[in-house]
Amino acid sequence: MNKTLLIFRHEFLHAIKRKGFIIMTLIVPVLALLGIGVFQLISTIDKPPVVETTTIGYVDEAGGFGQYTTQGHINLVRFNTPEDATAALISGEVSEYFVIPPDYMSAGVINRYTLEKEVEPSPVIVAVIKNFLTSNLLSEKVPPETVYRIEAPLGLVVTRLTETGAVATEQGGYGNVIIPGIFSLLLALSLMLSSTYLVQGLGDEKESRLIEILLSSVSTRQLLIGKVLGLGAAGIVQVVIWLASAPLLLRLASSAFGGFISTIQIPANFLVLGIVYFILGYSLFAALSAGIGAISPNAREGQQLAMIYTLLVFVPLWFSSLLFIFPNSPIWVVLTIFPITAPMAVMLRLGVSDVAAWQLAVSIAVLMLSTIGVLFLSVKAFRVYLLMYGKRPKFGEIIRSLRSG
Amino acid sequence: MPAAEVNHVFKSYADKAVVNDLSFSVAQGEMFGLIGPNGAGKTTTIRMMMDIIKPDSGEVTLLGEKLSEATKNRLGYLPEERGLYKKLSVLESIVYLASLKGMDRHSATEKANGLLNQTAMLDSKRKKIEELSKGMGQIIQFIVTIIHDPQLVILDEPFAGLDPVNTELLKGMFADLRNQGKAVILSTHQMNQVEELCDRILMINNGQAILYGNLSEIKSRYRGDSVLLDCKGELGEVPGVTAKSTHKGYTELILDGKTTPQQVLAHLVSRGMVINRFEVATPSLNEIFLKEVGKRS
Repeated sequence: MNKTLLIFRHEFLHAIKRKGFIIMTLIVPVLALLGIGVFQLISTIDKPPVVETTTIGYVDEAGGFGQYTTQGHINLVRFNTPEDATAALISGEVSEYFVIPPDYMSAGVINRYTLEKEVEPSPVIVAVIKNFLTSNLLSEKVPPETVYRIEAPLGLVVTRLTETGAVATEQGGYGNVIIPGIFSLLLALSLMLSSTYLVQGLGDEKESRLIEILLSSVSTRQLLIGKVLGLGAAGIVQVVIWLASAPLLLRLASSAFGGFISTIQIPANFLVLGIVYFILGYSLFAALSAGIGAISPNAREGQQLAMIYTLLVFVPLWFSSLLFIFPNSPIWVVLTIFPITAPMAVMLRLGVSDVAAWQLAVSIAVLMLSTIGVLFLSVKAFRVYLLMYGKRPKFGEIIRSLRSG
Repeated sequence: MPAAEVNHVFKSYADKAVVNDLSFSVAQGEMFGLIGPNGAGKTTTIRMMMDIIKPDSGEVTLLGEKLSEATKNRLGYLPEERGLYKKLSVLESIVYLASLKGMDRHSATEKANGLLNQTAMLDSKRKKIEELSKGMGQIIQFIVTIIHDPQLVILDEPFAGLDPVNTELLKGMFADLRNQGKAVILSTHQMNQVEELCDRILMINNGQAILYGNLSEIKSRYRGDSVLLDCKGELGEVPGVTAKSTHKGYTELILDGKTTPQQVLAHLVSRGMVINRFEVATPSLNEIFLKEVGKRS
């Protein structure tokens, strides 16, 4: 067998047998299945929840607010004076009360009284009071249907059309963001994990001096390519397992939960781009890791150095809230093209909006070129610092040796 | 065709010459000693021979060709700094590293079992490397070095850290290699081992050759004008002997520089003396080493 293939096979098998790898690969689908199972179990044991009726009081000093005293599961009870209402509040008859003062029509002020300490009133209570006031104000002037429409004037249903006018298969919304969002996080974790294995492997081999034995049998190129491909293949296995389990989990979750979960979609080009960006992202990280592994005297220091670029992968997450408001912000274009952040940025963007074809093309080209460049420098550094044990070269020394090497 | 040929090799780090215009050759079937003090440039020379580092200038030819992937399969290398995959089992480690030398898994496993049996380590074949003692780890490393039946074996400080039993075990295996016609380069600063095992030597200091050639010839070059004698009866006056010093079990006779040991022996025999031991005193390699290195430092 070709020596590169032998190293590939060894590294691949070694990586997929690691406890950390197995746990990380299985934990995602297993946790999701567990969640679905627990939900189904609880829903078969539990009776349907009983909605409790709440009673709140009010004092009508302005007059004319006597109808519509049932708002959903909240009943409104009228009191003649604020003192009566306060007594009812203290005795627990009502959970709170409000006073409509005599000058309400001119001032529009409502005074609310409660025993609870709160940052701001519950939106449900605010909506109930608002609807109660609106309904009573309009009751004699417009038909009841109009009153209801004024209370709920907008039930927005958005349909996305294609350029031909047909209904698009991908309808957008939060349901579309979930899978790319989760996957981009897992992709970043997988990239981080694979490159950590590479740095650690090289560091261990340097530390245990095994590298000399290996290089007495194979060339630097064979060693690096075999390692990078072996660990990359292990990473792909991980990503493919996650991707393959996603549709199945979604079907299960959709039948178990219904509602919002059933609106979750996987963008059409997502699976293909997921694999492409994993491969490219991993190649860049592997090249960087090989360089770090070369200049680090041991595995621990290598991993500390690798933290610098592995943390950069997560930068798109910091801007994710911006993505929902301004999906085409220049920041996202930069993050899509900058090679280290590209895999996560593209995955996140695919869930929110379309990514322009030229941006994808530039992003992929930059990733490829930077991988080649970094790989070239890493192989040089690997050769120069291969046998440097116990001492990390200074930054200036590295630059000098790369120039002269 | 020599097993190894090093021609005018030069290597420097930060403008300091570590190996300075070094040339030597090792014949097939020969046990060759590469000796020198710590920091003399032995390991750097070996690493250049193995193509782990590149020389600044000069040329290395192994088994008649420049080092290629095919040549690497015919070389065995035991580096000074040793290490194996700690988490792998003994057998897995040997088979994987043998496969990188071009062996198929089946024959590597078979040969590994044979060598483990020979070194009384067959019971440990399922153990992880990290569970082995340092000495056992070194034996495994030696097995990795020779399992693929290399034509040239380079051993850098092979006895470092070994107990006497394992040292003898390794020596026996070195002898087997020589008997099979393999060339062995033994780099060490343990002079007694070189003296016992090697046919020819290269002594280097500060990256330069200071002694090179047949070991017995080199030793005879450093032979002093004295003989060691153990005999019965009164020795008395011996012509050509300028001084005598008595040691436990023998007397050292210092010659005048004109008289040969053969003449002294003839004189003693003519006097009818019973001689138990008569030996021309030659310095040990260690003494030659100390003398030569001391002269240059």
